[in-house]
Amino acid sequence: MFLQPKSVEAALAMMAEPGARLLAGGTDFFPAQGEQVIEHPVIDISRLADLRGIATTPTHIRIGGAATWSEIVAQPLPRGFDALKAAAKEIGSIQIQNRGTIAGNLCNASPAADSVPPLMALEAEVELLSAAGTRRLPLGAFILGNRKTALLPGEMVSAILVPRNVAENASAFGKLGARRYLVISIVMIAVAMSLENGRVGQARIAIGACSAVAQRLAEAEAALVGCRKAEEIAGRLHAGHLAALAPIDDVRATAGYRRDAALILLRRVAAAAMLAAGN
Amino acid sequence: MYDSPKYASRAGIPLTLNGAQITVNAPADWRLSKALRDALHLEGTKIGCDAGDCGACTVLIDGEASCACLVALGQVAGREIVTIEGLGQRKTAARLQQSFLRHGAAQCGICTPGMLVAATALLERKAAPSETEVQDALGGVLCRCTGYRKIVAAVLDATAEKQAAKLPDSGAAVGARIERLDGQRKVKGEDVFGADAHPRDALLLRVIRSPYHHAAFAFGDLAAYQRAHPGIARILTAADIPGENCFGVIPPFADQPVFAATHARFKGEAVAAVVGDKDEIEALDLKTFPITWTELPAHLTLDTALAATDLVHEARAGNILVRGRVVKGDAEAALAGADHVVEGIFETGFVEHAYIEPEAGFARRVGERLEIHACTQAPFMDRDDLAKIMGLKPEAIRIVPTAVGGGFGSKLDLSVQPYLALAAWLTGKPVRLVYSRTESIATTTKRHPGRMRVKVGADRHGKLVAMDFEGDFNTGAYASWGPTVANRVPVHASGPYFLPHYRALTRAVHTHVVPAGAFRGFGVPQATIAQEQLYDMLADKAGIDRLDFRLINALGPDQPTVTGQVLGPGTGIRACFEALKPHWARARAEAGKANAVPSLTRRGVGVAGMWYGCGNTSLPNPSTMRLGLKPDGRLALHQGAVDIGQGSNSVITQICADALGAPIARFDLLSADTDQTPDCGKTSASRQTFVSGKAAELAGRALRARILRLANAGEDAKLDFGDGHITVRDGAAAHRIDLGPLPCDQHGYVVMAEETFDPPTAPLDADGQGVPYAVYGFGAHLVELAVDTELGTVKLRKITAAHDVGRAINPTLVEGQIEGGIAQGIGLALMEEFHPGRGENLHDYLIPTIGDVPAIESILIEDPAPIGPFGAKGIGEQALIPTAPAILNAIADATGVRLTRVPATPDRIRAAILESRK
Repeated sequence: MFLQPKSVEAALAMMAEPGARLLAGGTDFFPAQGEQVIEHPVIDISRLADLRGIATTPTHIRIGGAATWSEIVAQPLPRGFDALKAAAKEIGSIQIQNRGTIAGNLCNASPAADSVPPLMALEAEVELLSAAGTRRLPLGAFILGNRKTALLPGEMVSAILVPRNVAENASAFGKLGARRYLVISIVMIAVAMSLENGRVGQARIAIGACSAVAQRLAEAEAALVGCRKAEEIAGRLHAGHLAALAPIDDVRATAGYRRDAALILLRRVAAAAMLAAGN
Repeated sequence: MYDSPKYASRAGIPLTLNGAQITVNAPADWRLSKALRDALHLEGTKIGCDAGDCGACTVLIDGEASCACLVALGQVAGREIVTIEGLGQRKTAARLQQSFLRHGAAQCGICTPGMLVAATALLERKAAPSETEVQDALGGVLCRCTGYRKIVAAVLDATAEKQAAKLPDSGAAVGARIERLDGQRKVKGEDVFGADAHPRDALLLRVIRSPYHHAAFAFGDLAAYQRAHPGIARILTAADIPGENCFGVIPPFADQPVFAATHARFKGEAVAAVVGDKDEIEALDLKTFPITWTELPAHLTLDTALAATDLVHEARAGNILVRGRVVKGDAEAALAGADHVVEGIFETGFVEHAYIEPEAGFARRVGERLEIHACTQAPFMDRDDLAKIMGLKPEAIRIVPTAVGGGFGSKLDLSVQPYLALAAWLTGKPVRLVYSRTESIATTTKRHPGRMRVKVGADRHGKLVAMDFEGDFNTGAYASWGPTVANRVPVHASGPYFLPHYRALTRAVHTHVVPAGAFRGFGVPQATIAQEQLYDMLADKAGIDRLDFRLINALGPDQPTVTGQVLGPGTGIRACFEALKPHWARARAEAGKANAVPSLTRRGVGVAGMWYGCGNTSLPNPSTMRLGLKPDGRLALHQGAVDIGQGSNSVITQICADALGAPIARFDLLSADTDQTPDCGKTSASRQTFVSGKAAELAGRALRARILRLANAGEDAKLDFGDGHITVRDGAAAHRIDLGPLPCDQHGYVVMAEETFDPPTAPLDADGQGVPYAVYGFGAHLVELAVDTELGTVKLRKITAAHDVGRAINPTLVEGQIEGGIAQGIGLALMEEFHPGRGENLHDYLIPTIGDVPAIESILIEDPAPIGPFGAKGIGEQALIPTAPAILNAIADATGVRLTRVPATPDRIRAAILESRK
C-alpha cells in the first residue's frame, strides 16, 4: 500500500496503519529494504509542503524535516549553518544530497550521520509531531543510540529548530573518510564559535562517528574560552578532552586511530572556526 | 510501449518520461529503477547496488540527478524523468555522448548511462564547469574500468560540437585512435548486459546460500515448502544435477559443487535454488526455506588453515591446494655473500573486483540444446564446464556472452550459469537470474590475500645478486585460479630485473572463505608490492638513486630471466625507466623544495617497475579467428575474444583490417558466440591483443593471399573493396573481381580464411626453468603524493606511467587500460579490503571514486615483440601491477615509514608513523 497524504494531519492519521513506515528521501529507506519486497504500508511525505522549506521565526531558524541537503546548501543562511552546509556537501553524492532529507538523517540515527555534529553545535532542537500534538527535544535527547531515537509510535520529525542567536556564530566542519566521495565518516567535527573582543567567547563542539551517538565536548569547549589566536587552539586541546568518546574498531579504522585523529581534526576545525569567526 | 499488461490492473502513475507524458502501470512502492526496467522495459538505466552506492541508475528528476534505486515510483508522479534513452534529444547530452566516444570515456559501458545523466545535470546548469565541479557532479557514479580521467576530459570537452574522426583508410588502422567500434550502443545505453533483454516470460531463479563460513545442513520438507508456495515451479538441489556436481576453471583441480551436497565450505555457498513465477519468487522470504544448519569450526586465515589438522578438502593435505617453485642458482649462498641484504614480510588483503555489473543472465532450452546468455570472460570454458555439469556434449550448449559490465578476472569462473542451465533444462522454460550486489560480493572470486617473506641482496655496485621469496596465498574454499596464482608468482617475483640467483616458493592455501581466483595480474601485483619496496630499501642501503638502481638491474634482451628464458628483442623495461628519468628529476626536485618548508604534510615520490607474461603459463593457449568475404563485398570478422570493455572488438578489427588491407568501415563484426565464432580462448592474462590479435592478423593475411590469388596479383597489390566487387591494383594493372558470381561456402562467404595462433612456450621443469611465455609486457610507474603525517591520509598528485606495449594498436584504448589499471592499483594500495562475511556492499567496500584518481600521464613505449601482431603486447594487467608499490614507495619517501601491509589506510599509515617515532 503506497499512501500519499495531502496534509501532515492526514499523514499522521495514516501512521495508525499497522506496520506503516514513512518514506521521504528514500536514501536510507531503500538500502535497508534490500532485496525484500515491500509488504508494509508506505506513507510518502516527501511532497508535504508543511515539512519542507526553511523559515525564520522570531527565535529560531526552522528547517522542514523533509528539506533535502541540496535545498539546505542552496538556501542563504546565517554563518552558523556553514558547518551544516559543509556537511551536506559531503553526504554521499549529489544524487543523495538531491533526495536525502535532514529529518531522515536524524531518524536513521547512524553514529556516522553527517548532519548530527553540525546540528548539535547549533543547539538544534527536533520538533516531533503526532496526532496528540507537538513536542520538542534537544537533538542530543532525540538520538538515543546506534539506530535508536526517542520517536514514539505515531510520531514524525516535522522540523529542526536552530536558535537564531546560536546561528549567528561562525562555524566550521571537518570530515575524515578513506576516499573523496560516497564515504562514511571515520571522524567528523563541527565547531560553532563566537568571539568577544577577539577572544573565544563561546565554543560549541560536537564530534561524530566516535561513539554510538555524536556528542558535545564540554571540556574542550571550556578549554577554548578566552583563546586569542587560532594558532593557540591546538595547545589548548588535548586527548583528555576526548575521554568520553567510545570509538569502535571497524572496517574503516581502528578505535585507537579514531581517538587520535579526532583530536587532530578537532584542533584543525576549531582553528578554522576561529578564523571564520574573526572574519 | 510503456504499458506492461501484467500490471495494468493497478492504478497508473502519470509522469513525463523523456519528454513523453505517460502512465506507468506498476506498483507505486517499486523503486523507480525497477519500474523503468521491469514495467517500461527501458533497460539503459543500470542497477549496480540498489543502495545509492554506485550511481549506475542515475536519472534526472525535474532536472536533478537522482539514484532511481532510492526513489519510489509513486514519488515521481507528475514529475519529469529523463533517462539515458532520452539524452539523445537534448543538445548538451548528445554532445556529451559524442565526447565520451572521442575520448574513450566508455569502456565496458555499464556506468556510462549514469555518468552521462549525471554530467548532463551539470552541463545543463553550467555550460563550462571546472574540473572540480565535474568531479563533484560525478562523484556519485562509480566506474571500475576507466580510472575516470577520460570521463573528466570528455565532460570538459563536451562544450562544443565536434566532428567524429573518420575511420582510417586501408593500411592506416593500426596505431589510429579510432572510437571504439561498439561505442555508440554504450553511450546510448543500448548495450545488452547480463540483466538486460531477457525473454519476457522467463522464470526467476533465486539461490539459497549458506549463512555460515562452514556448516553442515539438512533439508526439511521441500515438497511441503513448494506446495505452500504455488509460485515455485521447481526447487533445485545437488540431487537434480544430471552430470557432475563439480566445476572449476582448471580441470585437474576442479572441485567446486554447483550446490553443496551435505556441507558448505564458505559463507554464501549455494545449497539450493527456487525457480518460478517472477513476482512470487521475488516476494519469497528465503529465510523461511526449510533447511537446518549446523555450524562447524571454520578456518578463515592462512595461519589457522596451515595449523589445522582438519581439512577443507580431505584429499588436500595440510590444506595446501598446490605449490609453485622457481629456482635458479643458489640464492642462499649468494645472499650470504651479498654486500647489502634487505628483507621483509609483506601482506595483502582480499580484494573484490567490484565491477559495476553484478553477474546476471538467462538460459533457455532449445530442443535438446541449451542456450546461456550471461556475462562472461570465457565462453568456451563455460560451455565445456556446463556440458560436464549437465551431462551433455559441449556442442549441445551454446554460450552467448552478453555485454560484460566489467570482469577483471572474476567473470572467468562460472557464477550464474550452472543454476540457469539446470533450471532451464529441467523446467523447459527460459529462466533468469540476476545477482544482487551482496550476492556478487559474497560469492564470486577475489584477489588472493598474500603473505610474502622476501630477502634480496645486491653487491656493492648495486647489482642484484639474489632473491629468496616465500609466498602463501589464501585461495579460499575452492581451487578456482589458485594454481595459476601459485605458479605465476614465482615466475614473476623477481620483477623485470636480472637476478643470477633466485628461489621462489609459493603455496595456495585452502580456507573456509569465498574462493580467491583471477584478478588482474594473478598474484603478480601482490608479489610486486614486496619486490619493489625491497628494491627501494636495497637502493637506499647501497646509496644508489632508486631509479638508477632499477636501471642498473633492468633485464636486458640478452640476459636470462629467472626461468632461464632469454627474451631478445622487445625487452622494453630499460626504455620504460629511461622514459621516467626526466619526470623523476622534476618530481624529486619539486618534492624536495616543498619539504624544505616545515609542514605536517610531506611530499614523496616513488617508482616501481613490472613485467608480466602474456597468456597462459607454459600451456597451450590458442585463438582462432575466422574472416569471410561476403558476396556484397563486406567482410565478416568472427571475433570470439570477449570484449569486457578493454576494447578487443576494436583492436582486433584494426589489426585484421591492416593485415588484409581493407578499411575498417568494410567490416561487420560478429562478437563472441560459441555457435558463431571460433574459440578465442578466455579474456584474461593480457592475451587478447597478443594472441587473438595475432590470429586476426594471420586470418587477414591469409584472406588477402587468397584474394590476390584470384587476381594473380603480387603481394604488394592494393585492394579496393566496392559493393559486390574488389579491384586489385598491382602497379599499373587493375583487376576487378566480381564477387556475386563466385560460389559461397557453408558460411556464405566467397572467400574465407580461418587461422589459429598459439604462442610458443615450453614446459617448466621441476625448478621452474623453461619458457613460460612467448611475450612479456613491461612498465614502470612514478607516483607523486603528499602525506598528512598527523592524519595518515594520502593525497595523490600525479602518476606517470611508462609502458612498453610493443605497438599501441589504438593508443586511446591503451591509455584507457593504463588509467583503469592505475585506479585499481590505487584501490589496492590505499583503500580496498574485503572482510569475508562482512561489508558485502559498495559503501563498506571502498573503490576509488572520481575524486581519488589524480592526473595520469601515459608514456607509450613501442619496443615491438617480433611475434606479436604488428609488434603488439598485452597491457590489461601490466597497467595495474606497478601502481601500488610505487605509491608505497612514495609514502616511504615522504614519511620514512614502510607500509608492509595493504591497504595503507589512514589508520595504518598513522600507526606506522607513530611506531617509527618510538
